Amino acid sequence: MGTRQDRPLIIGGVEYDSRLIIGSGKYKDFEENHAALEASAAEMITVAIRRVNLGQKKEEPSLLDIISPEKYTILPNTAGCYTAEDAVRTCRMAQELLDGHKLVKLEVLGDQKTLYPNVTETLAAAETLVAEDFDVMVYTSDDPLVARRLEEIGCVAVMPLGAPIGSGLGIRNPYNIRMILENAQVPVIVDAGVGTASDASIAMELGCHGVLMNTAIAEAQNPILMASAMRKAVEAGREAYLAGRMPRRLYANASSPVDGTFF
Amino acid sequence: MTLAITVNGKTRTLEAELSLQDLLQDLGMTKGRIAVELNGKIVPRSQFSSQRISNLDSIEIVQAIGGG
Repeated sequence: MGTRQDRPLIIGGVEYDSRLIIGSGKYKDFEENHAALEASAAEMITVAIRRVNLGQKKEEPSLLDIISPEKYTILPNTAGCYTAEDAVRTCRMAQELLDGHKLVKLEVLGDQKTLYPNVTETLAAAETLVAEDFDVMVYTSDDPLVARRLEEIGCVAVMPLGAPIGSGLGIRNPYNIRMILENAQVPVIVDAGVGTASDASIAMELGCHGVLMNTAIAEAQNPILMASAMRKAVEAGREAYLAGRMPRRLYANASSPVDGTFF
Repeated sequence: MTLAITVNGKTRTLEAELSLQDLLQDLGMTKGRIAVELNGKIVPRSQFSSQRISNLDSIEIVQAIGGG
């Protein structure tokens, strides 16, 4: 087996140099978020769609004034949606807000405590959104059959969770992620669960095409330094995947030759 | 005749019929990226001035904020 071939990450017809996608939630302020984005070298950033606060001051900058849609790919999410209907509505609003933007992150949640995806509602929403010509990146469980079904529907990326959203527990079922990867013809991006740099590396070493994270950076003691760590972790994991790791052995295998000893 | 409408879940009373554009202006929402839904349907920005607001209309005005 030779070295694995590196292939560019293409989502919705756009090629990305960075395989790290970050969120914009839970930061102290827009400036910290922007600095973390720069340090992460991510080219894509998620946003949520919410009601305008009617009491807000007119001069107050908004997120998209600080994080420019001209410079970064904005990935509007459907966080907080528990039905396919609400998720589809949110995507339509996002599209209008972003001047006809097609790329969305679909997530339909099933339960407030686990924030696990409601798979049946997710499938229904994906069908509608694909029919409406959206490019759908879809948050899902780590079930290989569901991942395959979402790909068949026409989603442009399948994004299984590594662990519950915001839990920082890491990649809890790497074998399922591997099964998803074996079947997938579209990018597989671990979304949710990453807690620290090694978790991102593990996802990438498995062969994932990218990693999406929010809390791991935003809730770090130093978010900007963690953003930089995540950039390196994703790159390191990707290179390790391409290089192909050595086999695991139960017993030792000397690195220095046994022949030629003089004692 | 006064109109009762709902904007982002809150009831408002209007003294007279007006356009969506006028309403947004009154709310100070003319700057920045927003999207508007009227009774569950998106109103494209190009139709803000021609869209009339009627009694019992329900309006949602949204923006992009931080999220994961």
